[in-house]
This record gives sequence, structure tokens and C-alpha cells, in this order.
Amino acid sequence: MSRRISRIVAASLSVLTVAGTAACAAGAGGGSQGGPETIDLWTHAGGNDAELDVVRTIVEDFNSSQTEYEVTIQDFPQEAYNDAVVGAASSGNLPCIVDVDGPNVANWAWAGYIQPLGLPEETFEGQLEGTLGRVDGEVYAYGYFDVALALFSRESILEDAGVRIPTVEEPWTKEEFSGALEKIDGLGEFDHALDLGTGGSGEWFPYAYSPYLQSFGADLIDRSDFQSADGVLNGPEALEWATWFRGLVEDGYMAQTSGEDSTADFVNGKSGLLYTGNWADTTVKEAFDDAVVLPPPDLGAGPRIGAGSWQWALAEGCEEADGARAYLEFAHDTKYFVEYGNAVGLIPATLDAAAEIPAYAEGGENRIYLEMADQFAVVRPETPAYPYISSVFEKAAKDILAGGEPQEILDKAVADIDRDIQQNGGYTS
Amino acid sequence: MASTTLNPPPAPVSGGPRSAPRRTRARAGEATAAAWMISPALALFLVFLIVPIVLAFALAFTNARLISPNPPEFTGLDNFALLVTDPVFWASVRNTFYFAVVVVPVQAGLALLLAVLVNAKVRGTRFFRTVYFLPVVTSMVVVSLLWRFMYEDDGLINKLLQALTLGRFTPVDWLNDPDWALPAIMLMSVWQGVGFTMIIWLAGLQTIPAELYEASELDGAGTWQQFRYVTWPGLLQTRTFILVTITIAAFSLFTQISVMTQGGPLDSTTTVVYQAVRSGYEQLQTGYASAISLVFFLMVLTVSLVQRRLSRERG
Repeated sequence: MSRRISRIVAASLSVLTVAGTAACAAGAGGGSQGGPETIDLWTHAGGNDAELDVVRTIVEDFNSSQTEYEVTIQDFPQEAYNDAVVGAASSGNLPCIVDVDGPNVANWAWAGYIQPLGLPEETFEGQLEGTLGRVDGEVYAYGYFDVALALFSRESILEDAGVRIPTVEEPWTKEEFSGALEKIDGLGEFDHALDLGTGGSGEWFPYAYSPYLQSFGADLIDRSDFQSADGVLNGPEALEWATWFRGLVEDGYMAQTSGEDSTADFVNGKSGLLYTGNWADTTVKEAFDDAVVLPPPDLGAGPRIGAGSWQWALAEGCEEADGARAYLEFAHDTKYFVEYGNAVGLIPATLDAAAEIPAYAEGGENRIYLEMADQFAVVRPETPAYPYISSVFEKAAKDILAGGEPQEILDKAVADIDRDIQQNGGYTS
Repeated sequence: MASTTLNPPPAPVSGGPRSAPRRTRARAGEATAAAWMISPALALFLVFLIVPIVLAFALAFTNARLISPNPPEFTGLDNFALLVTDPVFWASVRNTFYFAVVVVPVQAGLALLLAVLVNAKVRGTRFFRTVYFLPVVTSMVVVSLLWRFMYEDDGLINKLLQALTLGRFTPVDWLNDPDWALPAIMLMSVWQGVGFTMIIWLAGLQTIPAELYEASELDGAGTWQQFRYVTWPGLLQTRTFILVTITIAAFSLFTQISVMTQGGPLDSTTTVVYQAVRSGYEQLQTGYASAISLVFFLMVLTVSLVQRRLSRERG
């Protein structure tokens, strides 16, 4: 290339760069001269109108309640949300208020994306522990709702099979559960007696199946200091869980990989017992008059279910932290918990809100979810290592379902997790 | 070019020496225009390809994380040391080669067969061309989802095989069987990709002059001899192109795995690219994922160089 040509190429490249930078800068600077200070709020609820409408209501109420600040909403589709936050954080463009999925709270706190809310502790009285993003005792995020995992079936199925209907006070024992599966299988009506949703992937695996692991008395990591999984994820209890889990496939009670939509399969009569979140409640109850909601079995250390859904947090480096805090305090109002509860149908995060929603009030038909969330819920380990643990556990659980050697798989998972923690200096700094 | 062919230089009556600089100036004008035209593509190429590749190579020697408060530190060959002791990595390499070794010849061969068939001068070839090309324009994610249903225990494939064998065939849970999962994905990938390869073959076939066929016919060549001595040598360029492109495509197997099996059962379908994505995004290990990508790059580079050397020698 001659010098002249290289100059043209270079010039056009720099024009492009300048134009790109200018566009970015224009996007970032929401300068405000006089008037209220703008506070940006990001949510994953894009495309979910029911949820987004509640956010809009709260923001409108807040904006009209004072003149100092103005909150503006930016919504993202859920699939793109985490990437957007990670991208914004890397380029130092985080908004002031973000929502965050429960299991990511510790990781984002460690990475310096979010800071403690700094709201008075009594704000959170009467709130389900699973809906608070707590790290080292400090609250980094609070959520409006939680989800409970439960078993769904039909009274007629259980009666035909001659199985006792379990309750929160008296759930099935491990033996009763196997017996129930055998009897339901014996009816010969279903492709599989049980559908645990093994066709899922990603976060569903640790969310859905680590509670069974915990119900056997094992766990994903030693929660005393979050430094090692040794002896916890590969101990005798974990091995017992693995054998039991694979046994369900070997005995033909459930599919190694179930269908794409386990709720639809249950409604279409392909399975007799469905395990999923209470988001499936309406679908199941609409399909069957005699639908019943059952607690998961007690496999030795008590029944366990997952906890922690989307929560609101205050970003690190927010220039209007006081305003953002004011918004988060304003938004933590029973009124909005009720509104959320009505809009999304999930479990309201505070007892006060539950009392105002008939289905979740004492004696309501959804009260069982609240009771389970209150009594059985175990939050996913509040450690920055969690995203890694989650991925490793998913693979381990899938390998176990596929018939791999359980002890070997669990030992490998432990070695991987411990190495990751060690490589990151224990995730302490 | 345009100036020389359309505007022939004036007859050299008076100014013999003046024509030379005018010529160079025209040349220079063309080059300037070319430079302007190539700049946008070059810019995109630099920003979205060269810069990330250079970054990835650098990151491979650090402990960079996707989400971390700590800046990346230089860790030398640690990532690579870890990689060679990772059984999942070796399974990934094995599966990647297995996939390429089967898919490349099968897809290229089948596509050639189809191309020859639809190139024949008979009615309805346009219809068949469209039919074979349909899977190509369907998104791979959609194709993978559909085939996932078809491969189910009571899915279409099992039912079909049972019907064909009058019930003697015992259904196979294709994607959950470590021996069958990868072959099942191979079959689907060939089905999806064969149409595109066919179009490239077809383009090659149509560059072969019809006279050659007429001449060989006069010499009394049969169909097979025509193919062997006219078609096959005439496709030399196309062949090299197809070999290199589908080899690279086969090596970068990812979408099907991510949608259908996530590397399972028991690592029987994990691939190098799948492992890189999983390490980088799910497990947030940017440095480690970069190391995997670097190894992948070297792998593909070596294979491509060997292929070029071999095809050049033969040519």
C-alpha cells in the first residue's frame, strides 16, 4: 500500500473510532441541569408486562412523591440482562439501581458491582429470609417475592395408588416416597411415575436438586467458611443422594432427560407426580379439579426447597446513592409487596403482604407455598464462588443421572470447586 | 481497468511522454477509491476479529475472570498445565476430531452426489434444489430443538425404525446413550449442512465447460468415466474450498451440543468450543477459556495447513 492509501485507511478508521466513542459518550451522559437528579434503574423484567407494570407503578409513585429525584426505568429481556450488567460494570457505566438474581448477590457484591443497602434492619422484619440477599450479615438486596418448589399430583391418582397424602407437618419419608412411586408406577397409567424436570438445564439443576442433596444431610459447600466442598459434596450423605437420584432412573420411575415442558407433560397425563416451582400452580389447577400440592419428601435431614429469586440492589459507584436509597426505602412498602404478589402470583416476601392476599393468607389455597418457603427453604450458598459451583454441580448431577460412577464424579466436582476457590484466593478480597 | 478499456488513449501524435503520468494518475485514483471502499470492512474486521483474537491470546496467560474485583495477573502456562490434566478437555478434543473425521467426508460426499443429481437436465431439479436447501435456511437452534424431540425415546426416529422393522427394533434413547449421542448429532448436522455444501458443488459443476462433456461423449466415455476424468478434475478448486470450510465448521461444533446434550451424557458429546464457552461464560474463567481458544486456534491452523499442503501437492 502506498503512503497515501494507508493515510486514507488510517483516517477513516480514526473517524469511525471517534464517531463510536462520541456515540458511547452521548449514551452514557444523561446530564441534568437543574430539575430533579436522574437515577437510572435497570430491571430484567422486559417482556414480562405483569412484573414491569408493578415496577412502573412504584417508580411513578416515587417520582411524584418528591421533587429531588427522578427514577427512570430501563428494562432488558431476562436472557440479556446479566450480560448487560456485566458489560456495564466492565466499562464503569452501571446504573444506580439494579435487580439481581438471588444466587448472584454474593458474586456481585464481591466483584464490587453492588453495595450494602444501608437501610435500617427493622425494615426487613417479617420478611422471608430467602428473599434477602445477605452477605456476611449485611443486606445487599431485597426481593418482593419468592418461589417454592413442590410436588404436584392429583387426589385421584394418590387414592387409586393407595398412597397417603403428605402434609407440611408430616411429609413423606424416604421409604414412603419410594413406596408411593412404586404404587403410582404400578397403576400403569403413566410413561413415568415421577417427573423431576430433568430435561432442564442451567441454574434449574442446582436450584431444583441441591435441596434433595441437602435433605440427605449433604451440601454444595461447607458453609462455615465457604472455603471447601470436601467431605460435604463427596461425603457419605452426598453419595447416598447420588445413588438415590440415579436409582429413580434405574427403577424406571423417571426419565433421565424428561420432556421440554414437564408441566405440560403432567397436565397431559404423562406423569403422575410433578416436581416444579409454584409458577406452575395455575396451569395445574386449571387442568385438574383435584390437583394437590405436596411438600417434597424428607430424605433424612428434613424436607428442603430452594430459595431466592430476583431482588433489588444498590450499585457501587452510584453518584446519587442517597436518592437511590430513598427510592429503595420508599419501595419497601407492604402495598407494593401486595401488588407484586397479585401481579406475578408468586409468594409475597413479607407476612404482612401475605395476609392481604387471600390465596396466601391463613387458610388460603396457596398458603402451603408460604409455609414451605418459611420452613424448608435453603438459600444457595452466599459465596462469590456460587456461579462456578452451580455449573460444576449441574454437570455432576447430569453425569450421575447418566449412570456415571457417583464417587468419582463427586470427587472431581469437589476438586474443581476447591481449586477454583483457591485460585481466587478464597474469594476473600 | 475501466479507463484503459473504455477510453483508449489518444493516438500518440504529439505528446508521447505525457501519456505515462496520466496513466499512473488514473491508477492512483482507482487505488484511492479502493482504499475508501475497503476501509469500513477493514475497520470491522480489525475491531471485531483481530483485536479480540489478540486479546484472547494475551488473556490465555493470565487468571482473568469475567466478574472479579481483582485485575488479571500473569500466570504463565498455568492455564495450559491445568488444561492437559483435565479429562473433560481430552474428551472434548477426542469428540471434536471424531465429529470432523466422520462429518467432513460424509457431508462432502453426499453433497456431491446430490449436486450431480440436481445438476442433471431433467424436470423438477429446481424443486429438489430448494428442498435440499431448506434445512440450511432454518436456524440451527430450531433444527436442534426439533431433532431433540425426534430422538426421544418415543420420538419419530424410534417409531419409524420400529415401523420399518415390523417392531423388531428396540427403541434407543439416542441422546441419552453415550455411544449414540454423538453419532445422532452427526447425522443431524450432515442433514442440516449438506444443502449448503451442495450449492457450492453445484456452482463448481456449472463452471465445467459443456464442450468437455460433449468431447468425452464423442470419445465414448460412459457416465462414470465422464465423472472420473471430466467432472472430478474440473472440481479441483471447489474441492479444496469445500474441504477447508467444512473442516473448520465441523471443528467449531457448538450450537447442536449446547441445545441438545450440553456435552453429556458422561462427556460423550462435549467439544472444544463448547468447553471454551462453558468455562468462559458459565464458570466465568476468562483466562482459562482463552487458553482453550488458543489451543483450538492452533488445532484448526495445523489441520488447515496440512490440508493445503496435501491438496497443493496433488494439484
